[in-house]
Amino acid sequence: MTELFVLIEHRKGEIRDISFELLTCAKKIAEKENLNVTALLLGSKTDQIIDKIKNYAHKIYLFDDPVFENFNSEIYQKNLSDIIKKESPLLTLIGHTAFGMDLCPALATELNIPFSTDCLNLTFEDKKLKVTRQMFDGKLNTHEILRENPSYIITIRAGSFPAVEGNFNAEIVKLSPKETTEPEYRKFVEYIEAAIGDVDITKSDVVIGIGRGIREQENLEMIEELAASIGGVVGCSRPIVDADWLPKDRQVGSSGKIVKPKLYIAIGISGAFQHVMGMKNSDTIIAINKDPNAPIFNEADYGIVDDLMKVVPILKEKILEMK
Amino acid sequence: MDIIVCIKRVPQTAEAEVSIDSTGKSIQKDRLTFDMNESDTYALEEAVLLKEKFEGNITVLSLGYPDTDDTLRIALAKGADNAIRIKAENFENPDAFQTAQILKSVIKTINFDIILTGCIATDDAYSQIGVTLAELLEIPHAALVIKVDANEQRTHVHRELEEGLIEHLDIKLPALLTILTGINEPRYASLIAIRRAAKKEIQQLGKENIELEDLVINSVIEELYVPPVTKQVEILTGSPSETATKLAGIVKEKGLI
Ligand SMILES: Cc1cc2nc3c(=O)[nH]c(=O)nc-3n(C[C@H](O)[C@H](O)[C@H](O)COP(=O)(O)OP(=O)(O)OC[C@H]3O[C@@H](n4cnc5c(N)ncnc54)[C@H](O)[C@@H]3O)c2cc1C
Ligand SMILES: Nc1ncnc2c1ncn2[C@@H]1O[C@H](COP(=O)(O)O)[C@@H](O)[C@H]1O
Repeated sequence: MTELFVLIEHRKGEIRDISFELLTCAKKIAEKENLNVTALLLGSKTDQIIDKIKNYAHKIYLFDDPVFENFNSEIYQKNLSDIIKKESPLLTLIGHTAFGMDLCPALATELNIPFSTDCLNLTFEDKKLKVTRQMFDGKLNTHEILRENPSYIITIRAGSFPAVEGNFNAEIVKLSPKETTEPEYRKFVEYIEAAIGDVDITKSDVVIGIGRGIREQENLEMIEELAASIGGVVGCSRPIVDADWLPKDRQVGSSGKIVKPKLYIAIGISGAFQHVMGMKNSDTIIAINKDPNAPIFNEADYGIVDDLMKVVPILKEKILEMK
Repeated sequence: MDIIVCIKRVPQTAEAEVSIDSTGKSIQKDRLTFDMNESDTYALEEAVLLKEKFEGNITVLSLGYPDTDDTLRIALAKGADNAIRIKAENFENPDAFQTAQILKSVIKTINFDIILTGCIATDDAYSQIGVTLAELLEIPHAALVIKVDANEQRTHVHRELEEGLIEHLDIKLPALLTILTGINEPRYASLIAIRRAAKKEIQQLGKENIELEDLVINSVIEELYVPPVTKQVEILTGSPSETATKLAGIVKEKGLI
């Protein structure tokens, strides 16, 4: 049967959530196209990971070697290109993560396989692969058709396929890796943990998220006052950290913190998916943005379409009044 | 140390109204402003910082339409030495993979120690051209870089992973790095520098000047459409005072104050 490959992502011995999402996506396509789901696991001491994914795949190809303990796209690429060449799966799924972004374009290019990145969905139509993506700051979606080929590689955006456990019992096939020495032209040195700051925004019931719409650093004071009035903390989007207006530990999003407060108020934040990934599971989401088409309104329960400079000071007064 | 920076001129759409044009495959561009892609400004600044440390030459390269010259001039004003525009008008809507192949054909003819690209173009949002280009050139790469610490032969880099975790790598030059925002503080071009750059020549490369292999297309846009509404938001209407009052009421109702 034709294969559908899923690359399992793990870090520091722990499987990452995206792996289950990819396997869920794979199952959907496999059922429709009558394919076999094979998980590709390159790792070291992988028993725990195997246990967790067994039910999600027909087969697990296991490459077990200490060199795979930490991700190195070069060594992954060498082994993956070998197995993809040999088996020519119809599709290989990789996460659109820091790992996948570093690996997929090089792997697909080496193999001369058509690929697309950051896909939200995919379907086969008369053997042609059609993917759904987002463009222009998330304001428009696209359908793209890939060049017809026996094999494709796609990276999938996190959150696109909420994980649903399967009822397979994967056969585990141990393969001997083709290459197990880390190349001297790209060497993994170490992981460095994010610095811990004075405020832990993941612990607060109310997070006021501020974005580039704030315009000037001086305007932060107004936001701090609003946060104080509700008894919340100030978080922010990436550009605010890039500009050094707030420390990194205040950043909400895929490369920052994942928060789940009772209330998240997004002020002057457009709602890029990297930000949304960090706050979409908040109980109540409020967005204040002057652009009625800002993607953040697609995530919010309540919205105000107006200038934050006008709304925020009054909101603070009203909250103090009603307290 | 010779550095190449790949730059894209992109429409600024975060705060603008974006509408689909009559072809259904592109957007109406006439009312949008265009500027250097955000992460490319950080890549350029990183190149200037490296040049300040090691001396050498910075070439900025873009596949774009004639108005891209304005963006390349800003790059010259900020410290690039040479600018090359590959004429987009000579190619028919190249996709990301073709763009990488075209950039490769030109880069092959230039000496370099490091190539810097942005990590994502905000218009098509592929995050793939840098790493593709590295593979086509058969040089090592690192994506999503937030720190560069180079000597003449190698460079230490920090890649930013999820949740603020950093991966520290040691890479041999020549190499390609895709740069993430926040790595540095991009400078503004001074008025004098802008005036000086206005007089500099921007090399224009047409199809006839480039030794191209057969270009392979990976993907074609079939249609653009407005994303379906996934969650029904309740928009509060009225003056700022009215909306703020309603909002405060909701916050109170939910027992949050
Ligand atoms: C690998 C990678 C990881 C990333 N990780 C993260 C992450 O963890 N977190 C994160 O946030 N981003 C992250 N990003 C960046 C992300 O893609 C966006 O660029 C970023 O979230 C945009 O921030 P923003 O919404 O503040 O700014 P913009 O997108 O510029 O939006 C500003 C918004 O403010 C509104 N506005 C402007 N003026 C006003 C006003 N006066 N009143 C009301 N509204 C106003 C505008 O309408 C607009 O919607 C990452 C990007 C990459 C490539
Ligand atoms: N037309 C272009 N000309 C030069 N560089 C480009 C072009 N398109 C993309 N790039 C570079 O590739 C990076 C990533 O783009 P993308 O893969 O489209 O998200 C950008 O940040 C630029 O550095």
